[in-house]
Amino acid sequence: MTQVAESIRTNVPTETFDAIVVGGGHNGLVCAAYLAKAGRKVLVLERRHVLGGAAVSEQVFPGFTFSVCSYVVSLFRPHIIRELELTKHGYEIIPLDATFSPLPDGRSLLRSGDPGQTRREIAAFSPKDAEVYPEFGLAMTKMGRFVKDIIDSPAPDPASFDPKQLFQLLRLGRGFKELDSDSKRLNTKLLTMSAVDFLDMWFESEILKGPMSASGIIGTFLGVRSPGTAYVLLHHYMGEIDGAFRSWGLSKGGTGQVSLSAARAAKSWGARIFTEAAVQRILVKNGSATGVVLEDGRELRAETVISACDPRLTFIGMVGEEYLDDEFVQQVKRYKYRGSSGKVNLAVDRLPEFSSRPGDGPHIRGDITIAPDISYMERAYDQAKYGDFSERPFLNVVIPSLVDPSVAPPGKHVVSIFVQYAPYQIKEGPQYWPKRRDAFGDAVVDTLAQYCPTLKDSILHRQVLTPWDLEQEFGLTEGNIFQGELSLEQLFFLRPAAGWARYRTPIQNLWMCGSGTHPGGGIMGSPGELAAKTLLKSGSI
Amino acid sequence: MPIPTPFHPRTFKLCTSLKWKDWAGYYSVASFDTSHESEYFAFRHAAGLMDFTPLFKYEVYGPDAAEFLSYVLTKDIRRLQPGNVAYCCWCDDFGKVIDDGTVVRLEEDYFRVTAAEPMYSWFTRHQQGFENVHIEDSTRKYAVLAIQGPTSRDILKQSSDVNLDSLEYFRIARGKLDGVDVVISRTGYTGDLGYEVWVENHHALSVWDALVSLGRPYGIEPAGLDALDVARVEAGFIMNDVDYFSAHHCLIESRKSTPYELGLGWTVDIEREPFVGQRALQAELRDGPKLALVGLEYAWEEYEELCARHALPAQAPSHAWRTPVPLYDGSGRHIGRATSGSWSPILKKALALGTVDSRYKELGTRIKIEATVEYQRHKVTATVVPRPFYNPERKKS
Repeated sequence: MTQVAESIRTNVPTETFDAIVVGGGHNGLVCAAYLAKAGRKVLVLERRHVLGGAAVSEQVFPGFTFSVCSYVVSLFRPHIIRELELTKHGYEIIPLDATFSPLPDGRSLLRSGDPGQTRREIAAFSPKDAEVYPEFGLAMTKMGRFVKDIIDSPAPDPASFDPKQLFQLLRLGRGFKELDSDSKRLNTKLLTMSAVDFLDMWFESEILKGPMSASGIIGTFLGVRSPGTAYVLLHHYMGEIDGAFRSWGLSKGGTGQVSLSAARAAKSWGARIFTEAAVQRILVKNGSATGVVLEDGRELRAETVISACDPRLTFIGMVGEEYLDDEFVQQVKRYKYRGSSGKVNLAVDRLPEFSSRPGDGPHIRGDITIAPDISYMERAYDQAKYGDFSERPFLNVVIPSLVDPSVAPPGKHVVSIFVQYAPYQIKEGPQYWPKRRDAFGDAVVDTLAQYCPTLKDSILHRQVLTPWDLEQEFGLTEGNIFQGELSLEQLFFLRPAAGWARYRTPIQNLWMCGSGTHPGGGIMGSPGELAAKTLLKSGSI
Repeated sequence: MPIPTPFHPRTFKLCTSLKWKDWAGYYSVASFDTSHESEYFAFRHAAGLMDFTPLFKYEVYGPDAAEFLSYVLTKDIRRLQPGNVAYCCWCDDFGKVIDDGTVVRLEEDYFRVTAAEPMYSWFTRHQQGFENVHIEDSTRKYAVLAIQGPTSRDILKQSSDVNLDSLEYFRIARGKLDGVDVVISRTGYTGDLGYEVWVENHHALSVWDALVSLGRPYGIEPAGLDALDVARVEAGFIMNDVDYFSAHHCLIESRKSTPYELGLGWTVDIEREPFVGQRALQAELRDGPKLALVGLEYAWEEYEELCARHALPAQAPSHAWRTPVPLYDGSGRHIGRATSGSWSPILKKALALGTVDSRYKELGTRIKIEATVEYQRHKVTATVVPRPFYNPERKKS
């Protein structure tokens, strides 16, 4: 396919634009595509040389394409795929069916789409859990139906007097009321409990609870026993609930293809997209955004500016405190990032082999979770609390080249390893991270090699991303992969700030559309979509 | 991937059609031949031999076993005599059916429960308060062969030392079959004369071999799920996940059923010490169930007439169906659904099992069932008739 983005070094946009989108991540591009489809002249500016933000594919080493940061797609909303015709533009998801959890003692558990087999696998550890597992799935499906409504519409503000918002609140309230009493109780528990306490209500075996609890802490600086983490568990489970839509999977060509498909859609409707176009400042005049200033000093004007960057970068970094009320500035500053995860990408010369299940098979074609038990998860958190990365971290591993041969040379593979905990605030200070990067990478490889003894010999190349790298290279404040923790006090009408959860900002004509807005992070597309739709509806563009 | 049952080495060779299904995680033959008809007729005219191993099986034993089972099941199991089998169901706290199956009282303090779905977790959850009861999942310990049909008794007589003439319907006996310890129960899912043979896994193949070789003169034939499906509709037996849904799987209340709605009221002993779901069932009994499971017989001539309009002969499908179709009253109001059905090769009738608004449950009531002819939807008259549709005297004699 032809080049989607132009470099600002060789081309200069001279026409006038209705909107400038700052940041060419998947949300910025989805937002741009919706606006362009509605007939608006849109300009997208991306600081890096590639599009995608954290949903990016890059050939870091020749022949090997890494999904550098975000690596699986679970929550991407199916209606966005339809409305933006993304399939036509290269969007393709290869379903991930199985979850494999090896233990250090040589035993392992494989949960797959085959209910009979999954039951037998779990029964080897606990006959009760084997049968409760589908019941848990059913309960989560019920919860998910309620939450889905929340995800697919802008967050109503309970302090608002806007009748439309009140009506929306009422509708959500009615949705809650219509849940049966069991589900109501469960929903309340889900919103308040820790992931472990919540799972304890169902399961007894550690090999289930370990990996399942991990979903409750991804992207947060919390432990699996911290209250509130049960909700995050549901947030991640949503991808599985949408199983019928097969939205849980690997993006062919890496997660960058999701962003690129949105970019191509935007371009097909006339948007212009520039890379290497770092925005230094958002221009504000009389309390209203009028355009942006690039790092090279050039000014670009538009009626509306939409930031896909996180709130701190947007308001403190690009707008400037002097243009904002102190109250708002305080809210933006208090909004928590606390990046807690890193990423290690490997290029290997042979298929990783697990000692608990040697050879190829369905177990390595899904996601592989290193979270043997709850104490392991808690110990990993303990180290992070006091400013170290976990020596034995939680790992979530996928080998995309097994199902998508386009990302590695024949016979060779890429191994994507998500790692938690790697706290942004290490005790020496975050800027010290580059000096610890190799030690961190070693800890991750050592951990995985415990289960996969031939791993070390097979490594051709290694890319290690610490939270510091995520901040410096990808513009994610404090290295938070979701543009702000997915904790309850930062969700829904509180994301990113009370009173400003509907994509507008205190600066007139400046809007937000990144994961730092409702409904949050993950390759979901919803913030971009909902921001565009809200903006179009407002009539101000 | 499903796993093989202990009979797999034999069934695998015989299944020349390569038609398999996944039954509760096991490889199970749909039909050995490309058509299941000869297997169905073996059930009705000779004997069909079928691998029933995938049934979930639980051993429940100890001095409190009868008390415990009476608490979790709808039937008062304390009254079940040793050597007897009972069919029943069990419900959640709200009286909604979770599953149905049989209970065998092997000894005074020793029971075996069969279920369509895994129930270990649910049973053990209710164990509290019953100190002397043990529950063991024996699903993977015992292999089960159903031998069903008019010559089944003769075949078993040839091969085992059990006195089959005195073995009554829904009774069990222990004995030897080809020198192997077995339990034989006079039960089945075909509504015909028939037995089920229970054997420990490692003896499974010798029991199979003995029955096949001694049964040959009596027309024994291995049979699969497709033939069983036709036979069980004729017998009027309901099936979990087809004619009703387990309360454990339902996302919405309206999908759940009570025993009374399923025509299983006769398995409920309502007036006794508390059992799971009792209070809800008492309330339902007071108000009367709103739905009823009925047997339906198509007005075949009407269907023929519809076909004739398109110059088509009315063809009876050879397979049983289980894709629900709506039911209506005479004025076209929706009153329920037919959940499964079949052409009965022996009765020459089109049959269905359905759930209707209980005002339409009386025998002889004429309702309408949806039928599609040449891509067009029509409504054909169906009459509420007694179940079982087919009930040969030999079943119990």
